[in-house]
Amino acid sequence: MRVNWLLVMIIVGATTIADVLQTKAMKRHGEIHDFRPGALGRVAARIAGNWYIILAVAMMAVSFFAFLTLLSVADLSFAVPATAASFVVETVVAKYALQERISWRRWAGAGLVAGGVALLAL
Amino acid sequence: MSDRLHLKTRIFTLIVVLANVLGNFVISWGLKRSGTVLGNSVLEYVRVIFHPWVAVGIGLLIVWMFTRLALLSWADLSYVLPVTAIGYVLNAVLGRLFLGEHISLARWAGTLLIVAGIALVGSTAVRTTSPRPPKPASTRSEEKTEVCV
Repeated sequence: MRVNWLLVMIIVGATTIADVLQTKAMKRHGEIHDFRPGALGRVAARIAGNWYIILAVAMMAVSFFAFLTLLSVADLSFAVPATAASFVVETVVAKYALQERISWRRWAGAGLVAGGVALLAL
Repeated sequence: MSDRLHLKTRIFTLIVVLANVLGNFVISWGLKRSGTVLGNSVLEYVRVIFHPWVAVGIGLLIVWMFTRLALLSWADLSYVLPVTAIGYVLNAVLGRLFLGEHISLARWAGTLLIVAGIALVGSTAVRTTSPRPPKPASTRSEEKTEVCV
């Protein structure tokens, strides 16, 4: 059981770090306007060499393998609600690390979604 | 907030959600069929990645990652996260349709909460941070062309 919660903490932590790094990198890149294949290829080539993205992918891999491991030792009905905490954790981090303005609607929405995801797995 | 940005956001949200839901479903299907219990050795992970269903699922998750990055190039993280959570509801529906899972009252309540949460967040501005001004003179010529893209 203790191993399961350790895995949950690894998953939530790694996902949060990955999302913040990705958002930072993409905001720095700027809004993508051109969706022709050539232009998208150039964007992919540009961001593939970005250290934030490389680190984010590494964190996603940590989170992904931790989740696979969790699924192999625990039920989906434990894994999904436990990791739903990340909605609230990430909203808090988005406020402080990304300076996003979180209105009451966003707080309430993030809370409802986290609660809903938890219920869904019961 | 312009209608154009809202439309673009909706389209990308749809692709992000579909790629994620299908990717997870196919991986889960593959893992169940291969009967592997992960966590014992690194070799098990490597072997399972090359299981055909798992490989297709990973391909879909790569599509998911790139479309999500595009979405994050203009939308807030605190907007993208709750809005793409509709995927959890679709996962439950797929589980019911293809894996014979039962949808309990608690699950219906959960679905309702998620949809309410998405409606709330969806009614906020897609972006609350200001776009970075274009960089001044850059040493890399590639960056100059990027500004006019």
